[in-house]
Amino acid sequence: MLMLRYTLKRLLSLVISLAVASVVIFTVIEVAPGDPASFMLGMNAQPETLAALRTELGLDTSKPERYFSWVAGMLSGDFGTSYTYRTPVADMVQQRMWVSLPLALYALTLSTLIAFPAGIYAASRRGRAGDVGVMGATQLGVAIPNFWFAMMLVLLFSIKLRWFAAGGFVGWDKGLFAGLHSLTLPAIALALPQAAILARVMRSALLDVLGEDFMRTARAKGLTARQALWRHGLRNAMIPVLTIIGLQFSFLLAGGIIIEQVFYLPGLGRLIFQSISARDLIVVESVTMLLVFAVIFVNFTVDLAYAAVDPRLRARA
Amino acid sequence: MSLLSVQNLTLSIHSFDILHDVSFNIDAGEIVAITGESGSGKSMTALAAMQLLPQGARTTGRIMLGEDDITTWDEPALCGLRGNDIGMVFQEPMTALNPVKTIGDQVAETILVHERTTKAQAHKRAAETLERVGLPNDRFPLSRFPHELSGGQRQRVVIAMAIALRPRLLIADEPTTALDVTTQAQILALLVRLAREDGMGLMMITHDLAVVAAMADRIIVMRKGEVVEQGATVQLLHDMQHPYTKMLFAASAHEVTLPDTNATAPLLEVKGVCRDYRTPRKTVFGKPGKFRAVNNLSFSLNRGERLGLVGESGCGKSTLTRALLGLEAVSEGTITLRGEPVFTGTKPNLAVRRHMQVVFQDPYGSFNPRHRVARQITEPFYLLDTPPTGAARQQAIDDALIAVGLTPADADKYIHEFSGGQRQRIAIARALIIRPDLIIFDEAVSALDVSVRAQILDLLAELCASHNLSYLFISHDLSVVRTITDRVLVMKSGEIVEQGKTEEIFTNPQHPYTKSLIDAAPVLPDLKGLTA
Repeated sequence: MLMLRYTLKRLLSLVISLAVASVVIFTVIEVAPGDPASFMLGMNAQPETLAALRTELGLDTSKPERYFSWVAGMLSGDFGTSYTYRTPVADMVQQRMWVSLPLALYALTLSTLIAFPAGIYAASRRGRAGDVGVMGATQLGVAIPNFWFAMMLVLLFSIKLRWFAAGGFVGWDKGLFAGLHSLTLPAIALALPQAAILARVMRSALLDVLGEDFMRTARAKGLTARQALWRHGLRNAMIPVLTIIGLQFSFLLAGGIIIEQVFYLPGLGRLIFQSISARDLIVVESVTMLLVFAVIFVNFTVDLAYAAVDPRLRARA
Repeated sequence: MSLLSVQNLTLSIHSFDILHDVSFNIDAGEIVAITGESGSGKSMTALAAMQLLPQGARTTGRIMLGEDDITTWDEPALCGLRGNDIGMVFQEPMTALNPVKTIGDQVAETILVHERTTKAQAHKRAAETLERVGLPNDRFPLSRFPHELSGGQRQRVVIAMAIALRPRLLIADEPTTALDVTTQAQILALLVRLAREDGMGLMMITHDLAVVAAMADRIIVMRKGEVVEQGATVQLLHDMQHPYTKMLFAASAHEVTLPDTNATAPLLEVKGVCRDYRTPRKTVFGKPGKFRAVNNLSFSLNRGERLGLVGESGCGKSTLTRALLGLEAVSEGTITLRGEPVFTGTKPNLAVRRHMQVVFQDPYGSFNPRHRVARQITEPFYLLDTPPTGAARQQAIDDALIAVGLTPADADKYIHEFSGGQRQRIAIARALIIRPDLIIFDEAVSALDVSVRAQILDLLAELCASHNLSYLFISHDLSVVRTITDRVLVMKSGEIVEQGKTEEIFTNPQHPYTKSLIDAAPVLPDLKGLTA
C-alpha cells in the first residue's frame, strides 16, 4: 500500500517534470530570438525556400498551437520529418535507439559487474594491499579518458588479436550474439571509467555502513564479518550506489558520442552530433526531448529502487 | 565456578594501553555493574568479553567462560559463541538495528545463525521472544520496521535479539543512557526480570551510579583501564575505600549553592505560544496535516531567576528553545525579552537577541573545528552594532575565558585540543562574552561525566551571581534541575502540566506525570541508611 502510494507520487512527479522539460526545450529552440527556418537554411537562403520551410515547420501558426501540435505528435509517435534526411525522425531515432540502448545497457551491466566485486573487495580489506591495489586501479580508470581506452582496445583486440571488428555495427538481424559481439569493445571502453567511479562509490558507501552500530549488533549476534557485510551492509550501502548508477545510465545513453565516433557506431550520440552540424532543428528538438524523457524515466526507476531498498522512504511518501 | 571470569586482562590497541590487569567474576544469575567515567575502559571490557575488539587490539590474560578461555578461540568458534552463549545490548537503540530489515527478521536471524531450523520456526520463536520483552504481537507484528518504533521499543527489540537463544551471559552497555527516565525504568526492570527468570549473568555497563545502586548485586568501579574497587553493592557503597569511588559518589550527588536572588521583575515572557509543524499529506492532493509541538504555553522568567524546564523527548522542549531564541516564528502567541519581541517579521530581533545566549548539549558538535577559540567565542559580537575591536576585544576574550576557569592563552588553540568539560566551558564563555541577561542551557551538562558535571554546575552557580545572569535550564536530568534551579516547569506533549518552586515540586509533586517522572528517576541511596 505504501509502495503503491509512493509509486503514484513519483509517477506524478515524472509527468510534471516531463511537461516542464517539454516547455523549456520548445521555448529554447523555437521561441528564442531568431527564426528557426533562417537558422536552418543559413544566411544565403532563397526567400522562397525560406517561406516553404516556414510553412513546413508550421512557423506561420501561433506558438502555443505549435507547442501543442509538437507534443501531440510526439505522444502519437510522430516526431516530425527531418529536414536534411527527409525521413521521419521517429524512424531515425528508432534505428539509433536499437544501437544506443543495448550499448548503454551492455556497458552498465559490465560496469556493475566489475564495480560491485571490486568495491566490496576493497571495502572488506580496507587499508590492506588489496584495497590499495583496487583503489589505485580505479584512480587510473577515472583519470584515463575512455576514447584512449577505446583505441587501446582496438589496437589489442582488433588489430593484434583480431577477436573483434575495429568498428561498425553488424545489426541485430545477424543474431543476438553477432550484435553483442560487435558492441563488446565499445561497451568495455564505456564501462571501464564508469566502473572505476562506481567501485569507489561502492567502497566508500560500504565503509560508511561498516562503521554503523547495527553492523556491530550483527556481529554480536554471531554473524561472521562476511555474513554481516552481505546481509546487513550491502543493502544499506545501495542508496548512493543506485544514485550513481542512475546518473551513469543517463550519461551512457547519449554521452557515448565519442565512443560512437571511435567505433563508427550509428547511435543516438552521432545522430545528435550530425543534426546539430546540419542545423536540423527538428531532429535536435525531438531527440533532446527523447533523451530528457529517458533521463527522467531512469530517475523514476531509481526512485522506485530506493524505496524497494529502504522502507523508511516508503513511509515518508 | 564463575560463569565469566576475567583474569588479569590487559588490552592495548595500536600501542595505546586501554585496560590494565582487569580481573573480576560474574556468577550465573548475578547482576554485576561496571561503572566509571568515559575513558575508564568499561565498554572495552564488554567488547573484550565478546571478543569483538577493534582492529589492532592485543590482549593478555584470560577470559574464562565456564571452563573455556575464549581468548584462545578462533573466529568461527567465537561466532558460535556470540549471540548464543553471550548476548549483547548496546547504548543507542536508534542505530543499533538495521533500518532496512523488519524486526521479525532481525530477531529470527539470531536463531537462524546458530540453529538448524526453518525460517517459519525461527519467526515463531522470534514472536515469542518479542512477546517476552514486552512487544506483544498484535501491536508489534514481526513485519514492523525499526523506524516505526520508539526508542524504548527499539531497545526491547535489541534485547530480544540478545536473549532469543537464552544466553548464559547478557552484556548491556549503557542500555538506557539514550532513553527517557520513565522508559529507562521500564528497560532496567525488564533486564533484571530476564536475568532472574533465566538465571542469566548480567554485565551492566553504566556511568550512572544511581542506576547501578538500584539494580546491581555487585559493583566494579573502573578508572583509566583499571579496576579500582569492587564488591557487593551494599557493602561497597557503605564502605567505600578508594578515593575515586568516593569522588564519583560525591560528584553524582553534588549539590550547588545557588546565590540568593530576589527575582520579581519579568525578563522573559511567553504568552499563549503555539507552534505547529506540517505533517505529510495523506493523499496526493489532500491538505497537509499539522502537528502541534507546543500548545498554548505561557510562563515568565524573572530577572535573576534560575528556571528549570523538564520533560521527556518529544515534549516540545527543543521547539520551545528555538522559538525563544527567535530562530523560528511561532504559530500563535508572543515571546518577549525585556518587553521586546524576540522574533520580528522573518528573522530574530537582533536588538533583543544580544541579551540572550545559548549553550547546547554536545560539546563536540557545537564548535567549528577549523576556527580558533578566540574566533569561536567572539561570534556573538555579530549581534552588536559596534562590536569591540583591538584591545577591548582582546580584553573581552580574556575576561570570558578567565570567568569560565580557562586562561587567556587558550584563545589561540583549536577546539580539538580540549576535553569535553573544557569545551563546555568554552561554550559558556561564548555565551558570556556579550554580557547577556539570560542564558539558555539546552541539556548543557547531559553529555558530561559526573565529576566534570559537578564542576560545571559549580561554575554556573558562581557565574549567575558574578555576572547577574538569569538561566533557563532545559534538561531531562531531574537531579541536575533540582540543584541548579529556583523554579521548575514540567512539560508534557507541548504543554506545561505543573510549575512551581523546585524544591516544592520535587518533594510534593501534584500532577501524575510529574509524579511518574520523579518516581522513575533513579536515585542514589542514602549512605547513612545503608547497613552492610
